[in-house]
Parts: sequence; structure tokens; C-alpha cells
Amino acid sequence: MSAPLLQLEEATIQFGGLTAVSAFTTTVADNELVGLIGPNGAGKTTAFNLITGVYQPTSGSIRFAGQLTAGLKPSQLTRLGIARTFQNIRLFGSMSVFDNIRAATQLHRRHGILDALWRGRAYRTGEQDVENRVMELLEIFSLEKQRGELATSLPYGDQRRLEIVRALATKPRLLLLDEPAAGMNPTEKDDLMRLIRFVKDRYQIAVLLVEHDMKVVMGICQRIAVLEYGRKIAEGSPLEIQRHPKVIEAYLGAAVATEKEAPDA
Amino acid sequence: MSRSGAKRWLLLGIALAAVASYFAHSPELGLNRYYLGVTIDAGIAIILAVSLNLINGHTGQFSLGHAGFMAVGGYTAAKISLLVSPAGEAAWCFPLALLAGGLLAAVAGLLVGIPSLRLRGDYLAIVTLGFGEIIRVAVQNMDSVGAASGLKGIPKYTTLGWTFGLAAFTIYVITALVNSTYGRGFIAVHDDEVAAESMGIPTTRYKVTAFVIGAFFAGIAGGLYAHHKQFLSPTGFDFLKSIDIVVMVILGGMGRTAGVVAAAVILTLLPESLRAFAEYRMISYSLLIILLMMLRPQGLFAFSRKSGGAR
Repeated sequence: MSAPLLQLEEATIQFGGLTAVSAFTTTVADNELVGLIGPNGAGKTTAFNLITGVYQPTSGSIRFAGQLTAGLKPSQLTRLGIARTFQNIRLFGSMSVFDNIRAATQLHRRHGILDALWRGRAYRTGEQDVENRVMELLEIFSLEKQRGELATSLPYGDQRRLEIVRALATKPRLLLLDEPAAGMNPTEKDDLMRLIRFVKDRYQIAVLLVEHDMKVVMGICQRIAVLEYGRKIAEGSPLEIQRHPKVIEAYLGAAVATEKEAPDA
Repeated sequence: MSRSGAKRWLLLGIALAAVASYFAHSPELGLNRYYLGVTIDAGIAIILAVSLNLINGHTGQFSLGHAGFMAVGGYTAAKISLLVSPAGEAAWCFPLALLAGGLLAAVAGLLVGIPSLRLRGDYLAIVTLGFGEIIRVAVQNMDSVGAASGLKGIPKYTTLGWTFGLAAFTIYVITALVNSTYGRGFIAVHDDEVAAESMGIPTTRYKVTAFVIGAFFAGIAGGLYAHHKQFLSPTGFDFLKSIDIVVMVILGGMGRTAGVVAAAVILTLLPESLRAFAEYRMISYSLLIILLMMLRPQGLFAFSRKSGGAR
């Protein structure tokens, strides 16, 4: 196999005396679906922020598509092909569903500020391309009927979906999803799992998923990394993770872990 | 605004301005000097308010330095006119003087923008306020531009046509920009900077761009103002002037171009129409603004957000 798409090498970040993520080493390959789990405050979102350039690692390195990402801003990393959603939905509140996605096509527009003023042929064809692409995305993810509505007026599940579609509009190679199932009911969660698999297969992209809902994570991830207090305590297939004593300990406490291990042994 | 319609509106605006200008200045059909003067004031206010709206309304950066940019443009244009044609014999230099004023103001916008746009909200407001005061104090101490006693004898080149032609141009540029895919970046920065950055929008560059474009038009407005009043004094560009423009933007409903244009006209005419009350003028003006803010905090002309592409 060629070099992985995303490679974290001993990535560490400290805030004052607190080490939020400590020597985190992991990889995500092209078109792989990887889960990142851990108890509250384990450093999952911080790891996301390291990968997307919101924070710079204190030590260690992160490579994306072979390139070191140190010093790059989030917008530059998006240009390289990393897109994300947010734990607490961050749609553009004053824009319609359509414009939310249109705004995310910025880095692929070919016309600049002067074209926008002159509005000649280059602008018109460019703008037409953008609109076609947005409409195509809206249709694929069946949001076309709501395209004129204010993004923040959509039902919760649709807002989550729109955030994923907006991230896809940047044409990523790696999509980071930060707790996409938070606040969803069981039906919505099933839809979400189908959606994530669909996105991965249709666009042939890699997905890194932070999620609390074990059913979702175990159901779709090919590989799972577990963080606790900023350290990776386990990594492996969903089955391996479910049986891993350290993971059980982290989630259920030491006593339960030994109790559960006993009859199996 | 539809794409093909945009340029047509611009041409219509400029044509109307030219016609209005011809009639206004012809002696038989003309307005009297007072009304003509107030109308030009309103046109200049439109340019100032619409350009500040790009920074404060669409991009969501709170700038209190617009009078500073206006001063840079005004003094530059006036100085050029005075050097080239002190007696008003070379009207051809007027557009060049305006352009030079606008460009220098844009450079000032760039210089202020790059370091200070790392700041947010209140901090940015204070830095831009400080910038405006620095310009005013600097001008006050520069003998070459008349220092505290002001710059006198600027030729009267500003006409109704120039004013409203340039106002139409300003409105066109800002609206066309904001309604393009490029311009959605400004609104994205306004809505959520973190999300905008992770959608690949270089937020700092967008903020600086908004500042530079806004400052450019403020500079143009300054040039028009200088050749309208024929006299510039540093006190005319104090921070109250900046506040006036900010009030126009807020009253018009941040980010609503039509509302901001209307607010600019109303807030120019209102103090004039209150002249009858002489000493109570400023009091009633302030009261009106307080009332408006209490009754319509979203802005006088901010109607329910329309669906669809246009905004």
C-alpha cells in the first residue's frame, strides 16, 4: 500500500500544563472509514483541530498526502483536501441552504473579484458551473426542495446533513465528522450511517469520524482508534475494540472490566 | 439582482444622474443652490454608507474609521486640484484627483487592515477609531494642507451628475460583489468565521479586501465632499462623522443595501428639515435615533429575510 493519506506522528498539544493530546500516532488511508472514540474530554475534538490546522501541534508532526501541515491555516488545508463538520452545527446563519453550499465552492471558482464586477463571459460560465454543482449536490442529498430556506430553519437532522454536503462542496479527499449523530433519534442515526457509507463510496474519500454513539461507530467504521486522557489506548477493528480490556475499562470502569472478562476467559 | 440586469441598472443610474445634473444646473429649470447642495450631500452620504456597509454590514467587521479614510481621499483630491488648477481652469483633473484620493485611501485601508484585522469586535472598533483620530490630528498639524485653519479655495467641480453617477457605481460594485460567489465569502466571514475558514475561505484576506474596497469609496466620497464644500477642515472628519455613517448602516439594517441607501438619504435630510427647531435640532435628532433603535433594532428597512439567492 502506498503512503497513507493522513499520518499523525507523535502529535502532541499542550495548553499550559495540560496535555490535551499526547504522542498520538495514527493513519488514515485513502477511502478508509476510521472512527475516533473515547470518553468525554479525551481529546477527540482537539485531535480534529490539530488535523484541520485550528491548533498547531506542540511537538510531533502531521502529514496530509505526504505534505507536512505545520504552519498551514485551516483554509489552506481545506484547499489541500481536508473538510470537516462541527460538533455544534456551524452553518452560515444568514444564508439559504443553496448559498451555504455555494459559499463552500469558493476555492474551486475560477473567476475573481474583477470578473464578479465586470460580469463577462468568464463570470457567467463560472457562476453557472457553481450553480450546477450546488444543485447536483442538493439533489443527491435530497435537499433541493429546501434550497431557498434559511439554513438554520431546517430540522436538526437536515442541518447535520447540510453541514456534510457543505463540506463535500469543497471536494475533499478526507472528511472529518465531529459527532454527526449527536442529538439524533434512532431512525435519523440509521439514515446517517447510510449517508456516511454512501458519501465514502460515491466520492471515494476517506472519512474520520468522532462519535459517541457506539452503534454508529461499530456499525460503519473499518478501524477504530480509542483516546483516553489524550493518549491512544487502543486501535483496531470494531470487534477488537469491543473486546479490548483497556477500552472496556475506560468506558465502564476497572471493576466491570474484570467482571466481564472473567466468564469469557 | 439578476446577472444581466446588474449592468443595466448601473447604466440607468448613471444616465439618470447625467440627465438630473443637466437640468439641475441649467438656470431656468434648476433647483436653488440650497436644495442642490443638500441633494449632493445625500449622494455623498450614500457612497459613504454603502461602502461602510461592505465592512460593517456584509463582512461583520466593526469599523469606526470611515471618516479617516474619507479625510485621506478628500485632502488628497483637494491638494491635487489646487496644485493643477488653483482657479478651477482644468476640470479634466477632477476625475484623476478623485481616483488618486480613492487609491490613497485604499492604501490607508490596507495599512490599517493588515495588522488590525487580527482583532475582533470591540478591539477592532477601538483601533479603527484610533486610526481616524490619528489622521485628523496629523492633518491638523500639516501646514501644507492648511493645518487647523483648513484648506480653502478648492475649485467647485462636484456636480449632481458626478455625485450620483459615482453613487450608482458604488452601489453597483458593492452589490455585484456581494451577490457573486466570490462575495459570498464576505457574508460567510460575517456569519461564522471559524466555519468560513474551514470551508477554504481565507478569512483574513477577505476582511482586508473589504477594508480596502470600503476605504477606496470613502476616499472618493471625500474627494466629492472637498470639491462640493470647497473647504476642508480637520474637525469635519472627527469621530462623530464616523459615528454618523455607522448609524446610517445600522439604521438601514446591516447588510441591506437598499435600506442603507434610504437611511443615508433620510439622515442627511432629517437634520436639515429640523433646522426650524434650531437649538433643539440635535436633541430631536438623537431622540429620533434612540426611538428608531428601540422600535426597530433590526434596522428601519430590514424586512423579513427573503428566501432564495438574493439577499
